[in-house]
Amino acid sequence: MMENVSFATAGAHARAPEMPVKMFGRKVEVFYGQKQALHGVDLEIPERQVTALIGPSGCGKSTFLRCLNRMNDTVAIARVVGDIRLDGEDIYDKSIDVVELRARVGMVFQKPNPFPKSIFENVAYGPRIHGLFKNKAHLQEIVETSLKRAGLFEEVKDRLDEPGTGLSGGQQQRLCIARAIAVSPEVILMDEPCSALDPIATATVEELIDELKQNYTIVIVTHSMQQAARVSQRTAMFHLGRIVEVGPTEKMFSNPDDKRTQDYITGRFG
Amino acid sequence: MSTSITLLIPLLLGIGGFIVATSRARRFSDVGSGKMHSLPKYHGYLVALSIIVPAYLIIFLWLFFEQSVLRGVIVNALPDALTNGATPAQVSLLISQVQQAASGATFGNPDPAIVEVAGRLREAVVFSRWALPLVIVLVGLATAAVLVSRIAKRFRARNYSEAIMRGLLIFCATLSILATLGILLSLLFEGLQFFSRVSPIEFFFGTRWDPQIAIRPDQIGSSGAFGAIPVFMGTLTIAFTALFVAIPVGIFAAIYMAEFASPHVRGVVKPLIELLAGIPTIVYGFFAVLVISPFIREWLGSIGIAVSPTAAIVPGLVMGVMLIPFISSLSDDAITAVPQSLKDGSLGLGANRAETVTKVLLPAALPGIVGGVLLATTRAIGETMIVVMAAGLTANMTVNPLQGVTTVTVQIVALLTGDTEFDNPKTLAAFGLGLTLFLATLLLNLVAIQIVKRFREQYD
Ligand SMILES: Nc1ncnc2c1ncn2[C@@H]1O[C@H](COP(=O)(O)OP(=O)(O)OP(=O)(O)O)[C@@H](O)[C@H]1O
Ligand SMILES: [Mg+2]
Repeated sequence: MMENVSFATAGAHARAPEMPVKMFGRKVEVFYGQKQALHGVDLEIPERQVTALIGPSGCGKSTFLRCLNRMNDTVAIARVVGDIRLDGEDIYDKSIDVVELRARVGMVFQKPNPFPKSIFENVAYGPRIHGLFKNKAHLQEIVETSLKRAGLFEEVKDRLDEPGTGLSGGQQQRLCIARAIAVSPEVILMDEPCSALDPIATATVEELIDELKQNYTIVIVTHSMQQAARVSQRTAMFHLGRIVEVGPTEKMFSNPDDKRTQDYITGRFG
Repeated sequence: MSTSITLLIPLLLGIGGFIVATSRARRFSDVGSGKMHSLPKYHGYLVALSIIVPAYLIIFLWLFFEQSVLRGVIVNALPDALTNGATPAQVSLLISQVQQAASGATFGNPDPAIVEVAGRLREAVVFSRWALPLVIVLVGLATAAVLVSRIAKRFRARNYSEAIMRGLLIFCATLSILATLGILLSLLFEGLQFFSRVSPIEFFFGTRWDPQIAIRPDQIGSSGAFGAIPVFMGTLTIAFTALFVAIPVGIFAAIYMAEFASPHVRGVVKPLIELLAGIPTIVYGFFAVLVISPFIREWLGSIGIAVSPTAAIVPGLVMGVMLIPFISSLSDDAITAVPQSLKDGSLGLGANRAETVTKVLLPAALPGIVGGVLLATTRAIGETMIVVMAAGLTANMTVNPLQGVTTVTVQIVALLTGDTEFDNPKTLAAFGLGLTLFLATLLLNLVAIQIVKRFREQYD
């Protein structure tokens, strides 16, 4: 079974400990109508590590990310082929409940998108729809721990009943992360979570990601090479709907095998 | 010269002025050094606007004052023997005789004096018809000559023509405000007259509405009762019945169209629903009287519930159908205006579509939906035709939709149709009702607009 497949940490640069594979995709192809966006992508995502997806715009990073929790189902013209598994289970199988899958594989979007509700209700949203709490006190506890983990609690503890939309951009993004953690997902997908944030807010979110990887498996799409280098242990380079290189982040950034990876991370194209 | 040709003259002059000015400006831009301040076309616009705008102003004022000037001509020309000691009513009779004679409609043997004055009148009319285009052409040519001669490199034609355009836009905007103000003032004037005869306390708190007043002393009849509460209760009962139908149906239809319908279905269903808004209200009236009323009475009668022939429920239901598109299309706009990112956020947390609709989309769209409901409400309380046809004339203190009621609009129609004198409380009561209705809908509209506006700002 896949749980037993260990992730090979190739090269002397890899400092990351070997981790079991949490999710993987085999020969993943995605079509938007007639247009093919992904051409046979193979990728393994190790448990409790940060995997970064990099590559020039339009190469299919978001598309692949959205396959991992079936957000592509909401795009009418999208069609996904191939094998994507979570803990060895085919997530595109008929028996899979999408609602349950998305509770296990959460998502944080590029632009912070808090609901126009109070800060408390934003975080309580997931627990409420999934019935994850026993009583009001328990719900309060879930909200509080999620906000603490997202590093936002201290800033908002006195105004939990104020609207989440009134927070600053960086706070909103951390609120969205808290909202995602509140349903205790196993995997968190982040699509350019810092692209709308200033450097300070970005640093906070990056620290947060670093902490979160102790409990969660994280996949992050980023356009910032520095960010990929700082937060991830493993990096996959996408190009024109294919993965051209994947490996430990340190190796990718110090000694990439592929010419295109080399060019991209040194800023020569993309 | 006929008025329609006169109306065309400014346009032709304007086009001519535009051509002359642009070509002259172009010649300027070709010679010498330095850049033209304004493109040639702006010199053209300036000349054209400076011809057209004053010309139409002249035409408007000319036609506006023509009648009174001509009357003056007639009065002056009438021999003193006829006008001396005549009452104003007799003078206007004379004037209309002259006017009839001038247009060739004479009966019997008219007074030779009148015939002579009619001849003068005809001359004056002919003069006026020719003088007007002449004045326009002269003024237009003079303006064009002055402006064209001023064309130069640094002449700020663009700024001037923009100023004229802005003035025109402001004028049009002011016109609609003035129209509203005029309506309000005339209502206010008549309404105050009413309230000077019937005390506002009786009107707003009285519970008996019976505005018929005996015209002759020997007629049997009350002295009139002007307690408007039962009338407003009738309006509200019908409006609530209508909203009771329209709100749920409209909102559910909007949710279906915004979230569940395929683009194809949406493309068919949305225009069909909006078609309901285009049906003339008198057709809804027929429908209420001919179909809904007998149906309801038979159906409820068969289970032993008596329904009055003018029961509020009949116009209420039909009006509800009429209001569906108001609520559904505004709600649909509000729901589709909720950003996709919020929907994704909800779905990404594992919410299904129903949860996303009820917990994220509807709350976020709520202000827009409320705005739609308020606008529908103002329509409901101001609606006239359906209730004139399907509601009654007798005011009843009731909120039971199965009993006969009358409404504010029905009462206004009833009070103002037929021979009316504008000096008794019965007729003036219509203005009291109208004023109250106007203020109520104005208030509701303002609140609705405010709410809709706040909702528009939310996602910026
Ligand atoms: N909803 C959609 N409908 C049609 N085509 C789409 C859709 N979403 C993505 N695509 C196409 O799929 C390809 C991959 O898009 P994707 O969004 O995955 O790129 P990306 O790597 O995330 O780019 P970026 O870095 O700009 O976000 C692009 O060519 C894009 O045009
Ligand atoms: Mg993307």
